[in-house]
Amino acid sequence: MTLRNTSQDALSTDRRARVHRLANGLSIIGEPAGGFQSAAFSLMLPAGCRYDPADRLGLANFTCEMALRGAGDRDNRQLMNDLDALGVERGESVGLSHTSFWVSTLGDNLPAALAIFADIARRPRLPEEELEAGRQVCLQELRGAEDDPSQKLMHELRLRHYGRPYGLHSGGLAEHVAAMTIDDVRGFQTRHYQPHEAILAVAGAFDWDAFCEQAETLFGDWASQGPAEESPAAAGEGNGHLEFDSSQAHVGIAYPSTPYSHDDYFQAWGANGVLSSGMSSRLFTEVREKRGLCYTVYASLQTQKDRAAVFCYAGTTAERAQETLDVTHAELLRLAEGVTAGELARLKARMKSALIMQQESTHARAGVLARDWRHLGRVRPLAEVNELVDAVTADTINDYLRRNPPGDFTIVTLGPEELRLS
Amino acid sequence: MPFQQHPLANGLQVIAEVDPCALSLAVGFFVKTGSRDETAAEAGVSHFLEHMVFKGTPKRSAEDVNREFDELGAHYNAFTSEESTVYYASLLPEHQAEAIELLADILRPSLRTEDFDMEKKVILEEIEMYLDQPPYGMDDHVKRLAFGEHPIASSVLGTAESVGALTPEAMRAYFDRRYSPGNVVLAAAGNVDFDALVSQAEAACSGWSPAEAPREAPPAIVTPRREAVVQENATQQYALILGGAPSGLSDDRYAAKLLATILGDDASSRLYWRLVDSGLAESASLGHYDYQGVGMFYTWLSGEPDDLEANLALVEETLASAVNEPPTEEELSQAKSKIKSRVVLGSERPRSRLFHLGGGWQMRGDYRSLEEELRRLDAVTTDDLLRVATEHPLDRSAVVTVGPRTDIRL
Repeated sequence: MTLRNTSQDALSTDRRARVHRLANGLSIIGEPAGGFQSAAFSLMLPAGCRYDPADRLGLANFTCEMALRGAGDRDNRQLMNDLDALGVERGESVGLSHTSFWVSTLGDNLPAALAIFADIARRPRLPEEELEAGRQVCLQELRGAEDDPSQKLMHELRLRHYGRPYGLHSGGLAEHVAAMTIDDVRGFQTRHYQPHEAILAVAGAFDWDAFCEQAETLFGDWASQGPAEESPAAAGEGNGHLEFDSSQAHVGIAYPSTPYSHDDYFQAWGANGVLSSGMSSRLFTEVREKRGLCYTVYASLQTQKDRAAVFCYAGTTAERAQETLDVTHAELLRLAEGVTAGELARLKARMKSALIMQQESTHARAGVLARDWRHLGRVRPLAEVNELVDAVTADTINDYLRRNPPGDFTIVTLGPEELRLS
Repeated sequence: MPFQQHPLANGLQVIAEVDPCALSLAVGFFVKTGSRDETAAEAGVSHFLEHMVFKGTPKRSAEDVNREFDELGAHYNAFTSEESTVYYASLLPEHQAEAIELLADILRPSLRTEDFDMEKKVILEEIEMYLDQPPYGMDDHVKRLAFGEHPIASSVLGTAESVGALTPEAMRAYFDRRYSPGNVVLAAAGNVDFDALVSQAEAACSGWSPAEAPREAPPAIVTPRREAVVQENATQQYALILGGAPSGLSDDRYAAKLLATILGDDASSRLYWRLVDSGLAESASLGHYDYQGVGMFYTWLSGEPDDLEANLALVEETLASAVNEPPTEEELSQAKSKIKSRVVLGSERPRSRLFHLGGGWQMRGDYRSLEEELRRLDAVTTDDLLRVATEHPLDRSAVVTVGPRTDIRL
């Protein structure tokens, strides 16, 4: 499909990404763009849960919770008040490799917001008197997840598929969180909140030179700790079942795929799109539309830096769970037989409009800049992404699927009864 | 961003907020119908019908509908609430004509019996799915407790029994009664060609026959009743607290939003500092929801089962503080800055503008620009907050708690 008119212009609009690297290793990736009142940044520190000690699972997450309880000359309350006064929309997440803080705000408030986050990254107070409150917040999160069966299942599926540390989820284990001390938290912060492999990605209404200058002032004298060690890796345990007393059963299937940095990534992406993107996709059509087996069914391609997997989910009533597993599994196997030109054309149309709509959100754009830098070590211009998508055809995907048929499945179920492939 | 409108002869309204600089456009049919417009025997039909709209028309099969939306590269969906059902899509401007034709066509669905029977299974799965996630179902429960037989308390999903008993004939009758052109707004935001939109709407919708579609709007009175429900396999204990609030038609809704932000926003509000930051509760928040003629202050609490009584007392004390320790100028100014920033950041995407535009028109029949919304927020004073809190006492609310505890007395 060829794009016309406004959208073609949007892709060719010069929103060139720029890169500035600080001597200590922090990379700044920015894409200034006109027409916005807002700017967004994402600050990623190499402090993910892969660095949790084996007897302290959940430490990265606990440290992140504590880092927001006062920083620099602001106590807990003053910190939140100042962010509110700036009208900052913010969030934080702890992933496998990084702890990320993201911010969206009016462009004018960007420098003030960045200064506050420099304090959070570099000078968190980590107050001992708030340790118990922070611990309770982390424990509450873990208990809350127990009441969400699909989340519980997907955590288990990741762990059983990837093993440790790649399948860890940042919440950790309640008994470990219960045992953590302020020294654990401070030690983790000192070791892992550092500029080596840190990324600061920014998009929207801002001035690139002024931003870099401010970043040099805020982060330039931050000492690097160098690469961190992680606990030894262990293979996943494979298939499993979680007993759960309910009228529903939840089915999870994972299989290996191709990471974002690999030349074949767009083929893997296309194959997964045919399976699960849009309401004409195969899983939606076969599992939900034709058979009415469930309300939610999807397969999502999740990529880490050097590995990737497709995680597939379906939730259904217990009596229909076996059929749901069988039909879903059969669709995964059928994918190896190839995709059609029609399926691919629809997928590319969705992809192209998604690319353009992503341009309307500074938050989304900052996220893409950070991802590109982390996985590729550069930012792919939109025109190049467009060319890569254009180059995907049914033949290229089918060739990929011949070489990489879905297989080596990890199947985890949660519900009243264990299921087996029939 | 110029606002434009054009009513069709059969009563269907076409409105748009045009921004030629936007890269995309968002378009939606807003049908003024939801669970409040259903009889008891029809409980769940609005939401079920929303699913059926995607099941095909005299000229398209269900597969055609999904395939054609995907071919346009559209990001599309639909939702049903107590008082509206909305079908929307975000897409690139060059596909405006095809998208309007497709959306308008599915708004006149075939409602075939075999599709109805298949989709009923999906809806029943959806109901089961939510039942597995405590405290699901309790939002309906607390609405009924607070508002009694008022139509706003009807369940959007319905129950397995009510949906199971629905017939295709009942759905067709409901459709004829509610999907009248006078009860529908076609709204668009972003890079819209308005003249083309009007002719596209004329071509696709002018054949729709008008019918009366009145809505019952009895006065809503909150009864502060309390109930404890046992759900043994839940891990956490939840409490839902529902009280009256300014309605969507009241100018006090700006003050109500600000009051809810000060007391119960999910970050740095009074509830946040007392219960969440301290780790006493997993979550504690208060929101303001507005409907035609009815408003709700809705508080949500979750945490460890044994802490329920202590946490609930703290929540009630915090809600009462709206009058006992009225919000300060500083709290008001921070809440304004929070909401204004959310409104401005959200406005950069046509889809957020669409919901603002279509929702506002459906609720009040008027258009308010972003600037005017911000101006009205800015005009709210601490006196307004105190007046709203006094007129809608937060300590006269219905309370439902749900979780594993069997010994709770409320």
